[in-house]
Amino acid sequence: MAAHTDVEPLTGWGRTAPTLARVHRPRTYEEASETVRACGARGSIARGLGRAYGDAAQNAGGSVLDMTGLDRIRSVDAVEGLVVCDAGVSLHRLIEVLLPLGWFVPVTPGTRYVTVGGAIGADIHGKNHHVSGSFTRHVASLDLLTADGEIRTVVPGTDLFDATAGGMGLTGVILSATLRLLPVETSLMSVDTERATDLDDLMARLTDGDHRYRYSVAWIDLLARGAATGRSVLTRGDHAPYAAIPVRDRRARRAPLAFRPGQLPAAPALVPEGLLGRTTVGLFNELWYRRAPRRRTGQLQRISTFFHPLDGVPHWNRIYGRGGFVQYQFVVGHGQEATLHRIVKRIARRGCPSFLAVLKRFGEADPGWLSFPVRGWTLALDIPARLSGLGAFLDELDEEVAGAGGRVYLAKDSRLRPELLDAMYPRLADFRALRAALDPRSVFTSDLSRRLAL
Amino acid sequence: MKDAFGTPQSLLLLGGTSEIGLATARRLIARRTRTVWLAGRPSPDLTAAADSLRALGAEVHTVPFDALDTESHAERLGKVFTEGDIDMVLLAFGILGDQAHDEADPLAAVRVAQTNYTGAVSAGLVCAAALQAQGHGSLVVLSSVAGERARRANFIYGSSKAGLDAFAQGLGDALYGTGVHVMVVRPGFVRSRMTAGLEEAPLATTPEAVATAIELGLRRRSEAVWVPGALRMVMSALRHVPRPLFRRLPV
Repeated sequence: MAAHTDVEPLTGWGRTAPTLARVHRPRTYEEASETVRACGARGSIARGLGRAYGDAAQNAGGSVLDMTGLDRIRSVDAVEGLVVCDAGVSLHRLIEVLLPLGWFVPVTPGTRYVTVGGAIGADIHGKNHHVSGSFTRHVASLDLLTADGEIRTVVPGTDLFDATAGGMGLTGVILSATLRLLPVETSLMSVDTERATDLDDLMARLTDGDHRYRYSVAWIDLLARGAATGRSVLTRGDHAPYAAIPVRDRRARRAPLAFRPGQLPAAPALVPEGLLGRTTVGLFNELWYRRAPRRRTGQLQRISTFFHPLDGVPHWNRIYGRGGFVQYQFVVGHGQEATLHRIVKRIARRGCPSFLAVLKRFGEADPGWLSFPVRGWTLALDIPARLSGLGAFLDELDEEVAGAGGRVYLAKDSRLRPELLDAMYPRLADFRALRAALDPRSVFTSDLSRRLAL
Repeated sequence: MKDAFGTPQSLLLLGGTSEIGLATARRLIARRTRTVWLAGRPSPDLTAAADSLRALGAEVHTVPFDALDTESHAERLGKVFTEGDIDMVLLAFGILGDQAHDEADPLAAVRVAQTNYTGAVSAGLVCAAALQAQGHGSLVVLSSVAGERARRANFIYGSSKAGLDAFAQGLGDALYGTGVHVMVVRPGFVRSRMTAGLEEAPLATTPEAVATAIELGLRRRSEAVWVPGALRMVMSALRHVPRPLFRRLPV
């Protein structure tokens, strides 16, 4: 039986550039395979929970495979810490199931609402990149539906694996994966918080201390200027051991591995344009900086509070109004601190109203050909798309980033000038060659792949 | 594909020698546009227009197109879309005619109406269908304030633009939710070849200003754009002026 189909306008999480596609919802591998075979001239692309900011999981005029129906956890090895699951399973579901067994997902981004397939396709990273690398480092094998309709088991160390890790779904549809998990004693995090007065202070603290923490991230106030440019709140921590739970907290002592994410009301569907202007965001940033303790250690936080604060507000992307927003994330290598400084200064001077701006220090890169993380500094910020002159401004930042040997993150991109891509991703030619051989008719196509000629 | 700011990578300009059309193309080439199709009657002007855009670094093709030859639209324009996606179609052809002369020569008046309205209906529908099939794109239609309320001085041209404007609005509603965006642009008096020798109206503007407004409208996914913006208020007032009074206004 054919999978259920709807024609729908789709956008990424940033809600820019909508396009129309036939959305299929396969419930079995056979349905997925059949849909790909019958997808027509404009091709097909897999989509998970739609958290990629740009157009990576859209396919104008073609077909899109909504993979969230393929959401079985097939087996858990609670002794070795291995899970085999369908690609449409969310990290939220994995945490729900695995945490009570004493295991945690090895890498999680700022939201739990991404699928395993999406996590591999974008080769996502988390606050533990300096220790644990990106998501695909923890993938033992995966099953890939390729353009010829075959299902291949792909293991690390092969070209197909390295093209698929971060390959934005363009090598095929990931159907299932085997993941290695991280053992934990509790569902709590032990967190240290400190403030950094400016960018130099922040970078020094990150360089000196990151190796002592599994997780590390800094929130930057990008509206602060002058001497305060780059002032930030640094949050670092690790999974709390059982012994760290205070004796008086009987509930936590009794059920140390309970997963209790909170939920707030959803953002309203209609938000006035320009709500997040320089004044409102400036005020928010001031308060956020001031309310952070100058220094606090060993604070116990829930996993959801530490990793996924925004997941508590469903549809938070609506707060940017109808015009949507873009997320700009780039990385520059160690030794390119001057470039980072220059870019932060330019953003501060321009007054981009961004209240979600984070800086992190990446560790060793993984071998994915289009994988984003490389050793160095990465900065991510959200900006309302309607800000005047934003396109040209970000183009200038791209030039600086590319000039310094850095790159922007494809899972978040919605506006890169295609000409810069080769400089940013040196393995792009290999990726294109492998795609040409594996999928000569470009069965797997997305708006992203059309826009950037991937 | 269009980027997050609505800037197209490919453009089909119907009316390949239109000054507003070329000003818009130049502006878009400075951002993301790399492929431009100029549709128009083959002429040295069309070739020169193509060369001028090529000099800016774009890949430019021309396609023979005659607004009056509606029979040929489906084939000629359809071919453009088979060569690759078109992110934006700018419908910019149109003629002003000579009101005094055309009133006395109905055939000349019909030519204005057929070019500005019938030709646009045909080309607009052909392109809309192609955009719908590719699931994305913008159709930008150059209307005019003259279409907002017919004036004694140019009602033949004005009525053709009124028809075009209504057509484009309805098409926009028909395509709502299909990923295809229709935007009506209503410039006031534009200093260009078309208006050379005419007495300038208040709030006169330039092709470059219209191009700027089009780029902004694309970013905002607007459905209607007035150039200059103040015309929106002016025209909404003029629309309600009683006819005996309107007749005497020096507009």
